[in-house]
Amino acid sequence: MTRLDRFSLTLGGRQILREVTLHPKRGELLALCGPNGAGKTSILKALAGLVPGGARPDPRHVAYLAQNTPPSWALTVGQIATLGRIPHGDRLAAPVGNALRRCGIESLRDARIDRISGGEARRAMLARVFATEPGMFLLDEPTADLDPAACHAILRLLRETAEAGAAVVVVLHAVELATEYAHRIVLVDQGRIAADCPAAQALAAAAAIFGMRAGVGPRLLPNP
Amino acid sequence: MGHGRDAVPDKTTIDARTLTVWLALLLVCAAAASLLIGDGFVGPASGLITMEIRLPRTLLAVLIGGALGLSGAVLQGALRNPLADPGLLGITPAAGLGAMIAFYWGLAGQFAPALPMGGLLGAGLGLTCLLGLGGRGLSGPSLILAGVALSALAGALMSLALTLAPNPFALAEITFWLMGGLEDRALSHVAMAAPPILLGVTLLLRLGPGLDALTLGEDTAASLGQPPTRTLRHAAIGCALAAGASAAVAGGIGFVGLVVPHLMRPFVGERPSALLGPSLLTGAIMLTLADMLVRMVPLLLPVSAAPPLGVLTALVGAPFLVRIARRMAP
Repeated sequence: MTRLDRFSLTLGGRQILREVTLHPKRGELLALCGPNGAGKTSILKALAGLVPGGARPDPRHVAYLAQNTPPSWALTVGQIATLGRIPHGDRLAAPVGNALRRCGIESLRDARIDRISGGEARRAMLARVFATEPGMFLLDEPTADLDPAACHAILRLLRETAEAGAAVVVVLHAVELATEYAHRIVLVDQGRIAADCPAAQALAAAAAIFGMRAGVGPRLLPNP
Repeated sequence: MGHGRDAVPDKTTIDARTLTVWLALLLVCAAAASLLIGDGFVGPASGLITMEIRLPRTLLAVLIGGALGLSGAVLQGALRNPLADPGLLGITPAAGLGAMIAFYWGLAGQFAPALPMGGLLGAGLGLTCLLGLGGRGLSGPSLILAGVALSALAGALMSLALTLAPNPFALAEITFWLMGGLEDRALSHVAMAAPPILLGVTLLLRLGPGLDALTLGEDTAASLGQPPTRTLRHAAIGCALAAGASAAVAGGIGFVGLVVPHLMRPFVGERPSALLGPSLLTGAIMLTLADMLVRMVPLLLPVSAAPPLGVLTALVGAPFLVRIARRMAP
């Protein structure tokens, strides 16, 4: 399990993160919310071991899903999911099949990634993370490009995954959506953790921090 | 990557193992045919001619073709660019420059292996420059830029050496060497080229998981335990050894590394690791056949000399490049 203790990050003279402390727990779906450029992605990368000085997790136990990046080659959905087995050095069929089934794209196994919709491609990427069978999921906007139904289905899947014993950390733009599924919500603002609270208190906290009345849509969050 | 009993099968038009068996058979046939076709006539020759002339030539075609095909497949995967090839990284020009310097100072006249040794040295120096120019955080674009800079530098220095050539014969010999070819190579050339080529090939064949991980971007590759910097560095070193030693012995044979992976993709799909073995075998087959064709030209056409091998591969490769470019256009 990886964690951050008073972690600061400066890149190219710009301070990205200031004294961030974050301890994801097993059995918990933790959502990182905040405006664009607040440092949500940097916190996730620090947990995944992708920035200098951050955590150094074992790739077999901690899986990371980047923000939408199209693959360089036209692999099939099955091949993408199988890439999740690289840390284990095998290509076992069972975890890959389970991952495709859980993400609802089993029927697309042989479809090329460049011939399916953006939402299906996003689910293929998510299946790759599940195929690793990690204890900790670090997911950067896993619901981007998904229609509302698929979005809720994926968040429900992530909550079930957490309740089955994994630690799941997701970056989400929409606080309201996060409150529906997350156990804990961390609000990030200007490289700092502005609030770390149970989901039920998140909207009020967000209103206080971002000057937003509780209940108002997250699209009104101010951009820095 | 391990293939367990219940490993995920790849959905491709042909089973990987069947393809490998067929390609290996084809390579054996091509090599056997190459031993039977000489410069002047077709048919089995005396033991001496076979051993001293045809065997080294065949062995070099197999080794160098394999090295170039595999280098192309690895570089295209590592740089995530379908137009990558050993020439792009400046390894081939650097080897050419090294050989030219050996020639220029008259070392090759006194000591025949000085030419290929100069080439090997040039490839090694070129690699050092490449890793230095590319900087510590070696990313795909910076490696390509460093390769282009190295190519330009080596090309300029070669032109300079050509204008300062001691005499017209030297000029002609250097030019001919730069065109690339396998004629008049002896077993000593094989002994010189084989160790670095085999070492490079071994290094490159192990890069499968690293190249597959890079398909999903540098951050994801690192999170899968395959740091992109390590993959790129190993790819550069492996290609310098394999393609550099090839260029040192055979001069500039272009387009094999570029074309071969594209020939294989329709059969094995686009997963980079699936391309490595087939590209190695197909490169070897293609260069063996090309070198045979070059030797048969004087038998079939009313010309007095065989064309250089590098010229033939470029004549076939250039239109192919245009085809790739047109197919990539939206």
